[in-house]
Amino acid sequence: MAWNEWIGFIIIGFGVAFDALGCLGLLRFPDIYNRLQGATKCVTFGTCGILFGIFVMNGFTGFGIKALVAIPFVLLTSPVGAHALARGAHIFGVPLWEKSVVDHYKQDRKDKPRL
Amino acid sequence: MNIYFIILVACCFACLIRAWIGKSIPDRMVAIDIMGTLAVGMTALLAVITERNFLIDVALAWIFLSFIGTLALAKYLVHKTLDE
Repeated sequence: MAWNEWIGFIIIGFGVAFDALGCLGLLRFPDIYNRLQGATKCVTFGTCGILFGIFVMNGFTGFGIKALVAIPFVLLTSPVGAHALARGAHIFGVPLWEKSVVDHYKQDRKDKPRL
Repeated sequence: MNIYFIILVACCFACLIRAWIGKSIPDRMVAIDIMGTLAVGMTALLAVITERNFLIDVALAWIFLSFIGTLALAKYLVHKTLDE
């Protein structure tokens, strides 16, 4: 294999490792908010790593450019969806973990109920 | 390359376990959202493994479909209905 294929192979390996750790967090964390935080960040960075590794493997061909274009879209859409899910879960009434220490959003909604 | 794909399939099974035991409705929604992001990476890897270039277009479209589905589920959580 050429040198750029080796480097892309290693970057894809980092991405897959982040994906696996994010799914481990999805299984093991105690609370929906902890699970959302751990899993979303890790899986977003892991998918970006996979796509960037594919870009490094293929260079500036049509295939590689499409993989590079997909990275900003993942970075834009995934945190927005996670934020909407966390807000919806809080309004839906899912309780926090019993060892959580602070809930600023609850205090803000008590001051301004329409928030 | 194939071992990476097998690890991603195992991650999808972990998300399915979370959607199975979930305890509350938003837990299952989070698992399905994470599975959508994993599917983008799986499709991109499949494009490299099978050397079919159109699969990266499928990954690019899947990002937006997963995003719109997540927003619809979050709207259901807030308003308890899918109208409007």
